[in-house]
Amino acid sequence: MSQTTGAGAVAGAESLPPVFDEAGRRELDAVVARYPTKAAALLPALWMVQRKHGWVSPQGMAEVAEALALTPAYVKGVVTFYSMYHQHPVGTHFVQLCTTTPCNVCGAEKVAEAFLRATGAKRLGETSPDGAWTVVEVECLGACGFATPVLLDDDFIESVTPESVPAIVARYR
Amino acid sequence: MGYPHPTHPKETPVLSRHFGDSDARSFDGWKRRGGYASLEKALGMSREQVTEEVKTSGLRGRGGAGFPCGLKWTFMPKQRTQPHYLCVNADESEPGTFKDREIMRWTPHAVIEGAAIAAYAIQAEQTYVYIRGEFTEAIAIMQQALDEAYIKGVLGINAMGKGVRIDMTIHRGAGAYICGEETALMNSIEGKRGNPRIRPPFPAASGLFGCPTTINNVETLAAVPPIIEQGGAWYRAICLSNPNSTGTKLFSVCGTVRSPGTYEVAMGFPLKDLVHDLAGGMRPGRRLKAVIPGGSSVPILTADEAEATLLDYEGCVARGTMLGSGGVIVMDDSVDMVYQIMRLARFYAHESCAQCTQCREGTAWTTKILQRILHGQGKLEDLDLLLDLSEQMTGTTICVLSDSCAAPVVSGIRKFRDEFEAYIDSGRAVAQV
Repeated sequence: MSQTTGAGAVAGAESLPPVFDEAGRRELDAVVARYPTKAAALLPALWMVQRKHGWVSPQGMAEVAEALALTPAYVKGVVTFYSMYHQHPVGTHFVQLCTTTPCNVCGAEKVAEAFLRATGAKRLGETSPDGAWTVVEVECLGACGFATPVLLDDDFIESVTPESVPAIVARYR
Repeated sequence: MGYPHPTHPKETPVLSRHFGDSDARSFDGWKRRGGYASLEKALGMSREQVTEEVKTSGLRGRGGAGFPCGLKWTFMPKQRTQPHYLCVNADESEPGTFKDREIMRWTPHAVIEGAAIAAYAIQAEQTYVYIRGEFTEAIAIMQQALDEAYIKGVLGINAMGKGVRIDMTIHRGAGAYICGEETALMNSIEGKRGNPRIRPPFPAASGLFGCPTTINNVETLAAVPPIIEQGGAWYRAICLSNPNSTGTKLFSVCGTVRSPGTYEVAMGFPLKDLVHDLAGGMRPGRRLKAVIPGGSSVPILTADEAEATLLDYEGCVARGTMLGSGGVIVMDDSVDMVYQIMRLARFYAHESCAQCTQCREGTAWTTKILQRILHGQGKLEDLDLLLDLSEQMTGTTICVLSDSCAAPVVSGIRKFRDEFEAYIDSGRAVAQV
């Protein structure tokens, strides 16, 4: 990358491999071809960054900015709008569970507590001391009839109960 | 069928016929079930004929607003002087709503077929299917179906061999409720923050990339193939109450019912039957307390009101609420209304895009005041303050997110005031806020 615009100054960031290497560039070009503007490929490009690095680092944002002819500040403005882009490294496994009203009345908060117990994460939003688990509560996963739905990494798990949590966690451990 | 339950005799399965049947997901499976015959038929009709058939059907937008679908299509310019776009709103994020997810994961080709017919009718050169980022399973299934549709020549430069170009792209969201608002959705596709736009201009005049654009909900588009296949008059005849609400509607029932799930019934179906019969009613020893019939953004009904409501656009308005998305949130007498209304307000505070002051400040302060009451530190004046705040949040902003926060708060205080006053009078606090 010819230009990092200061964003690469974050500790550890220089160890991240480039996202838009030859294969990445090809994938991005195929995405850009589906839209009349380059900027429209921003959300897909950020997904590519997160897939490769596990989060969207300042370096990743700078790389996307350069690839799509945007400024890093603009890219950051977009990243911070969307809750699914991680702006910090997260645990090896990322657990998102819904605690909004429809799931809440079915006991979702007990499921959240069960995940904290089973993973060793101290509280919602924090990563467990071994770095393996981050558990967050999210606002509605769109599966309210299957309370409590959990998005564990990219796996959508329905009808999770406090009792079923330990087995789920064991499966990913 | 009422996925994940067998079809109930009172259901009218049209869109949900193949829910639960994974064979219907594949291109061949869809063809075997009569799939893509409607698209072929539509491509043999004129664009005007297709639109006219949809107008005849009386199909109204199933995302929440209920705008007549065929009429919406006629707003697009007749002569294409710049690109036209179709956006499929698959950002289903309204708490209580999970019907589009079932449509996409069981019958992805129904969405593609309906969208392709719409794209033809409005001369769209590209269709973007905007699916919320959390729907990993639906995205994978839709992408596979889309790839198949291209390979089989249903889409592409010569769709169905009819000399029409139809292109479709899945655009994955990244976690933002507001992107289900149509102008925010367009901004999100353009690679921007998902801030809603001021209207006018309306999308049909200047939408995605500044070009004429139509945005339709997944369920709306999935209803188009049966309409083309069996005729608008057939669809219009499916109606139990008001003639301005026609066809079937998917209702996703959740909360404290015995059999939560997605049920498809004719418009005008009694809410009472949906809750007590199809969804299995309350758990043993529990009584119905409240129902939010159209996703979290609509006013709450008491049990009595709910049991007198007919499920169509007019029937819900007659009871002071809205049909919305058809996300039916059921609450029994174990539910703490104050706490759950706070949770809804918190949802809106979290999801506010923060452009408009009334919404950014209003949703946050509504949540804080409700939390104060739940902490046992509320004052009786807080209820008037909440109502006053809600009034200032209604009809004053670019989009209706702020109105949506006000709806459960206002209806909640009016109908369950004793629960709020009990917290305030006793100084009782809940453990977790």
